[in-house]
Amino acid sequence: MTEAATYALRSEKLVRTLTGEVPVTLVKGADVAIKAGECVAITGPSGSGKSSLLYLLGLLDQPTSGEIWLQGKPTSRLSAGKRADLRLSGIGFVFQSHFLLPEFTAAENVMLPMQKLGRLSPAAARKRAEELLDSLGLGAQVNKLPRQLSGGQSQRVAIARALANDPAVILADEPTGNLDSVSSQNVQKILQALAHERGRTVVFVTHDTGFAALADRIIHIVDGHIVDAPAA
Amino acid sequence: MRLLFAMALRHLLARKRQSIVSLLGIVLGVAFFLAISSLMQGSEKDFIRRLIDNAPHISVSDEFREARPQPVFRAYPDSTVSLRGAKPLTETRGIRGFEQILQNLKHERGVQAASPVLLGQALVSFAGRDIGITLNGMVPDDIRSVTTIEKYLVEGRIDDLNINPNGIIIGAELARKMSLAKGRNVTVAAPNGQVRNFKILGIFRTGRAGYDESQAFVTLKRAQALFDRANRANSIIIKLDDPYAARDIAMRLEKRIGYKSVSWQEASEDIMSTLAIRNIIMYTVVSAVLIVAGFGIYNVISTVVMEKHRDIAILKSMGFHAKDIQRLFVIQGFFLGLAGIAAGLPLGMALMATLMQIRFKPPGSLEEIGMPIDWGILQFVIAGGFAMLAAIFAALLPARKAALVQPVDILRGGT
Repeated sequence: MTEAATYALRSEKLVRTLTGEVPVTLVKGADVAIKAGECVAITGPSGSGKSSLLYLLGLLDQPTSGEIWLQGKPTSRLSAGKRADLRLSGIGFVFQSHFLLPEFTAAENVMLPMQKLGRLSPAAARKRAEELLDSLGLGAQVNKLPRQLSGGQSQRVAIARALANDPAVILADEPTGNLDSVSSQNVQKILQALAHERGRTVVFVTHDTGFAALADRIIHIVDGHIVDAPAA
Repeated sequence: MRLLFAMALRHLLARKRQSIVSLLGIVLGVAFFLAISSLMQGSEKDFIRRLIDNAPHISVSDEFREARPQPVFRAYPDSTVSLRGAKPLTETRGIRGFEQILQNLKHERGVQAASPVLLGQALVSFAGRDIGITLNGMVPDDIRSVTTIEKYLVEGRIDDLNINPNGIIIGAELARKMSLAKGRNVTVAAPNGQVRNFKILGIFRTGRAGYDESQAFVTLKRAQALFDRANRANSIIIKLDDPYAARDIAMRLEKRIGYKSVSWQEASEDIMSTLAIRNIIMYTVVSAVLIVAGFGIYNVISTVVMEKHRDIAILKSMGFHAKDIQRLFVIQGFFLGLAGIAAGLPLGMALMATLMQIRFKPPGSLEEIGMPIDWGILQFVIAGGFAMLAAIFAALLPARKAALVQPVDILRGGT
């Protein structure tokens, strides 16, 4: 089996240091290997480097040293543009806040990554966006603006947007952090289903031990070090 | 790109009030730019048209641009020659062989008409009053072809000079100052002491008081007799098919005939350079209006960029490039510029139409004139182009800032 088929995401000796008067190292030599279709939770105390690790794995941030392989391809030497292209086609992000563009309707927000990628015509993109929203129980909210949606609905639109280009990897940074318990459970179920039913690799950061327990395995990080990475 | 255009439009429409305020700046800027530059260009064109109409396109005079060298210097060009006590030959001034030159000019490409002129200073006396004038001795039929005097005749005809060779055509201002009228006789004295009587056959009014007071026309023969310069002309004036070719044709002529040939452009070089400086000042002032409007756009887009940091971060996390983000905000500047031009040009045209209604009497002029407005496409292109440039440049600065936003800094724990 090739590495690309085995691991959706892998990192080796990953270090991220913020330069400044007092340099701060956020991630200290993280070795991570996440298999395709795996659901992984990253946990740890506040400020331990969970989100930093997630952003590094999602190619949003550039490591100070070390290497990250996305589906077997090394990424640390890629230009910002190439990394953006990889994010567009291969990674879907969900954040603590939904970060929907306020001027666009739910469907239009979901269409944005598809239109940027340009593989689908506007009509086809619109159809797919409506299907995605419908599959997440938002069929009636397609033409609503973000301000007309509840927190849980907005987060589900954000998940639909993350799925728009059918990425192999979904990265979520505390996706239930701002939600009430009902909405939170809803989102947890959706993410779990994405991994277990649709074969996506899902990596999420959470403080919620209950939510973390739903993952195939947990990566625990303390002070930038992975201290506990039990195998699935 | 279509996506970026749609997003830019949404951003602007979401901030209608701010967008309209910054748009107003561009609209007014474009309108004033257009109106003022059209007025300035119109006045310049009007001035040049008058210059071309009323002055010869080329004047050949009985002078040489460079003093002619003595034959001894030509004979020994590489030697050191000292010539002492050379006494120049006293000769009657005038263009030698002007008839032959005129014959040749008839076959010259681009020459519409050419006429010999004997110009001289003279004193007009009537009822005890004397006024100095410039007397133009010309062939009557040529006056019609190389000057515009016939157009300005308020009394009499040019042809009357053929019927009565002792006739004179004077300006209305001279007639007014000396209480002269058509049919009266005046005495004209030349600097050499010759005095002749002329009958006033025509009166012209060009509207330029100085010209109408100081110029008079008689037949060439009578001028030659008065100035005691038989068979001489001291100038040849030429009208061309294309007045703007005057400089080249004048250079070509001078090379061939040797006499100093001055195009209207050369004769008016000081005025032309003044006009050029005036244009620079005008464009600087009207551009300032658009630059100020540009600050309005800068302000709006800077605000949008500040407010949209989270959106920029999320777009980048989705896979939008830094250049896409920069384009997104530059397009907003483009839209504001485009809308400003679309509304500003009609407003400018309305201003131009209003300015055209204004009529006034400038100092030194005898007639009321209107504001000369240039409706040439170039003014529209310059106004629109500069507005667009100002709008895009104003948007570029915040857009570059937007492109530099690091998504991680914004998204980390952002709510």
